[in-house]
Amino acid sequence: MTIEARNISFRYGDKPVLKEVSFALISGGFHALLGPNGAGKSTLFGLLTRLLALQQGDVLMAGQSLKKQPAEAMRKIGVVFQQNALDLDLSVRQNLLYHAALHGLSRKQARLRGDLELERFQLLDRADEPVRKLNGGHRRRVEIARALLHEPSLLLLDEPTVGLDVASRRGLNDHVRTLCESDGLTVLWATHLIEEVRPEDRVLILHEGKLLADGAGHDICEAEGTRDLAETFHTLTGAG
Amino acid sequence: MKVAHYWHCFVGIQTREWLRFWQQRTRFASALVRPLLWLVVFAAGFRAVLGISIIPPYQTYITYETYIAPGLCGMIILFNSMQGALSMVYDRELGSMRVLLMSPLPRPFLLITKLLAMGVVSVGQVYVFLLLALLVGVEPPLWGYLAVLPALILTSLMLGALGLLIATWIKQLENFAGVMNFVIFPMFFMSSALYPLWRMNEASPWLYWICQFNPFTHAIEAIRFSMYLQWNPTAFGITTAVTVILALFATAGFQPQRTRILGGKLA
Repeated sequence: MTIEARNISFRYGDKPVLKEVSFALISGGFHALLGPNGAGKSTLFGLLTRLLALQQGDVLMAGQSLKKQPAEAMRKIGVVFQQNALDLDLSVRQNLLYHAALHGLSRKQARLRGDLELERFQLLDRADEPVRKLNGGHRRRVEIARALLHEPSLLLLDEPTVGLDVASRRGLNDHVRTLCESDGLTVLWATHLIEEVRPEDRVLILHEGKLLADGAGHDICEAEGTRDLAETFHTLTGAG
Repeated sequence: MKVAHYWHCFVGIQTREWLRFWQQRTRFASALVRPLLWLVVFAAGFRAVLGISIIPPYQTYITYETYIAPGLCGMIILFNSMQGALSMVYDRELGSMRVLLMSPLPRPFLLITKLLAMGVVSVGQVYVFLLLALLVGVEPPLWGYLAVLPALILTSLMLGALGLLIATWIKQLENFAGVMNFVIFPMFFMSSALYPLWRMNEASPWLYWICQFNPFTHAIEAIRFSMYLQWNPTAFGITTAVTVILALFATAGFQPQRTRILGGKLA
């Protein structure tokens, strides 16, 4: 599925947060949205998920406008938020069933899809445990499994590794990459951690509301004349 | 989107609310302490001060406990609705609200279903309260328990929508203490919950008119009359109209950026 953001600008009151941001995501690709804290990543996610209303510009998902056909567009998106959005007291399965119901799936369908995803994420044996008993890495995996229940073609992850240890972080990142390959899922992964990005990834660098770079990691490095992405990132954003 | 999608979504939201209720049943049980204190202690002390004449819908002299029971049903719903609405946009329910708003179904439908689900849980609490009220002699006719159901649900939707509207648009009232002082107590005291309005009219005509303009008064009268199997079109009409208007404003104008749903600071 093609995703195209066209000329998105957004301001909170008089303060511009995004300035004419345009990009296209390649179907089935892993895209890293890189930017220091406060770059506008969360605002961009808010707009893509319709939590914020578009002020200027539009987003097209497989040609459908988020502005004009929000329901159609929303059906194609799975979202993993930065903060935990699971009910800690409910079981893993109850959390999944709730999400599936919100997307209009029947209970039977929901159980089927839920078990399938949990199995894939190696969490099926923990389906009836309350989420509270799971560690941070597993909770995140549940959130990804949940985001995939309604079979979206685009998965948005807003700094999904916040608060995880190095091993869980790497595990999660690898896992999402395999989803791109196995399911043809398009992924937009927002982060401020350069080590989560590989040179061959499509990289979008956002800084102070502007898109400074958009392309394959190694191409951007070449264009900037830098050794690696870390250096490119520092040169472009001045981040230490 | 087909009707079946809406139905699955509706059932899913209701189910989750009951699951959470069951998880937190001790918290809900402790929420019953407040109305029970009013009913058992306050009413016992106050009945000596206030003489109740025979007023509709009652056909005989009634005890003060019997008079305030419908008002306390309203109070349970009032507290729950305000607390529920605040938790939707400021704290406990933020995660679930993010998930809710990712649904492709129309936002007003999602929010009204959510308010209704929280309302149904409140109504469950009201019934537990009414059972306990039997112990102090509050005995409405048996069918009254069923007849009062629509009024209770309507009231919970009205107050839930009001709570959502306030929590979204009035930043100063983002904590429960503020809402208690500026919304809950004024609404409760300036209503017919604790005293019949003719009494209020004797004491202060302008206060009487404020009470008349308070939609909570009409919600309580709708509860009171239907509990005693009488039809009060004015009370029902006003409660329904206010519910529709508030629900429309609260859901159609809902902006997540005015809440903490988005995460981070408030815009």
